[in-house]
Amino acid sequence: MHDREATAEEVMTVAAARTIRDGVVCFVGIGVPSAAANLALRTHAPNAVLVYESGVIGARPAVLPLSIGDGELVEGALAVVGVPEMFAYWLQGGRIDVGFLGAAQIDRFANLDTTVLGDYERPTVRLPGAGGAPEIAAAARETIIVMKQSPRTFVERLDFVTTVGHASGGRSRDALGFTGGGPSRVMTDLGVLVPDPVTRELVLDGVHEGVTVEQVRQATGWSLRVSTDVRTLPAPSREELAVLRDLEDRTRAVHSAPLG
Amino acid sequence: MSLVPLRQAIASFVHDGDTVALEGFTHLIPHAAGHEIVRQGRRDLTLVRMTPDVVYDQLVGMGCARRLIFSWAGNPGVGSLHRVRDAVEHGWPAPLAIEEHSHAAMAAAYTAGASGLPFAALRGYAGTDLPRHNANIRWVTCPFTDERLAAVPALRPDVTVIHAQQADESGHVRLWGIVGVQKEAALAAKRLLVTVEEIVERFDAPDIRGPRGRDAVVVLPSWTVHAICRAPGGAHPSYAAGYSRRDNAFYTAWDRISRDRETFLGWMREHVMERRGEAADHA
Repeated sequence: MHDREATAEEVMTVAAARTIRDGVVCFVGIGVPSAAANLALRTHAPNAVLVYESGVIGARPAVLPLSIGDGELVEGALAVVGVPEMFAYWLQGGRIDVGFLGAAQIDRFANLDTTVLGDYERPTVRLPGAGGAPEIAAAARETIIVMKQSPRTFVERLDFVTTVGHASGGRSRDALGFTGGGPSRVMTDLGVLVPDPVTRELVLDGVHEGVTVEQVRQATGWSLRVSTDVRTLPAPSREELAVLRDLEDRTRAVHSAPLG
Repeated sequence: MSLVPLRQAIASFVHDGDTVALEGFTHLIPHAAGHEIVRQGRRDLTLVRMTPDVVYDQLVGMGCARRLIFSWAGNPGVGSLHRVRDAVEHGWPAPLAIEEHSHAAMAAAYTAGASGLPFAALRGYAGTDLPRHNANIRWVTCPFTDERLAAVPALRPDVTVIHAQQADESGHVRLWGIVGVQKEAALAAKRLLVTVEEIVERFDAPDIRGPRGRDAVVVLPSWTVHAICRAPGGAHPSYAAGYSRRDNAFYTAWDRISRDRETFLGWMREHVMERRGEAADHA
């Protein structure tokens, strides 16, 4: 392979993939979470069960799906169920270990906005909306969030709370009647943040190689708490990069091909 | 069986002001039927769909809708629905009111509709801003456990339209692959219109395309179906497993087509308004 240096997005995707333990049942959002989950499946977690909200359980797609309902997801899957069954029996029923989500904005308690930027009635940016995220974060045993970090995405106050993470911190999430544990970590292009066990506020726990704590502070819209022992996350291996790039190359070729 | 031309089915079953659900979760989206609704100039529709994508971008952009009930509005993997956004943000070509849910709530609301129940309960929405902007998200207390749960009203469309792979000669319909919320949306509706890739003699015929017999598929028996229309390729750019592939290049191209009002109108004129659709006139 070409030893092209890893991009920030590749570093984020590989680090996110490593959070998927072998054998877990993972409800996968589209985009970077899907790329990371499929990378995990092809490297250290061959027995991870990828679940997509279109009703696919145990997906093993040959290329990354453009949408959550691509035909690629069905081939080789363990089962395909209806969407009401997916959300009722599998998600609300408590059969998902990890919810793997992206978002447009996040706050210090890992609450997420995917609805609007600006005012709801007169938004500056209208985003797609809730989709499966609110109940994924409510019901999965833990939620892992993957998103790029900047002052525009890591904000002091969300314009709209679409999905509850740790609510207003402390034990406030417990009062909402959710069965899942909430966000356990946030993987970004700069590092990893984990909630404080008591206050539930996100704390910088690690940075990617070459990233400084000061850089992460600058990319955060609130006064960021930093662990006393910030570790440097291991860089992507040659194998991880090769598998990811191969997957993305083949995906691009398939999705841009006109139908014959 | 009630095999009718698509033109006649839309004329008979879809009226101005109706609540209409065109369902299909990425797979089996009834685009041919959507185009016929546009050609017939329906107005003031309340459109219901978990994932309004290109099909509702077209209906909204052509001024067919007054209200949209949805849970995720986007062009999957590509970006925004520019026509839906233009309608919501600038009222072009007509103002569009929105009622916004989560997937779990929409799926539960269709299930309640199909079950003849007035509402659905779910463990969600608590702590989010959605209930503040949607009066149809309320709260109930479980009479057995005292838990506080979210409640949404049942969805009962005047007409649901779906695309399926096959109908048989007795008028039964079956679909397979990603079956989404179609069974619930179909059974929740007052009228059900189905476009199909193919009419087959029997589902258990030895040379049948797709799974043989009635295993592992959704079957909608003939007495639940009000009209069947033959529309081969009628899901494009979505797909019908066993018959076609998703045209991902088209979804990507739609971003450019739909971004500009004139480009959009030109595309709709050429590909929808001036093309009657082979399926539209023939049973």
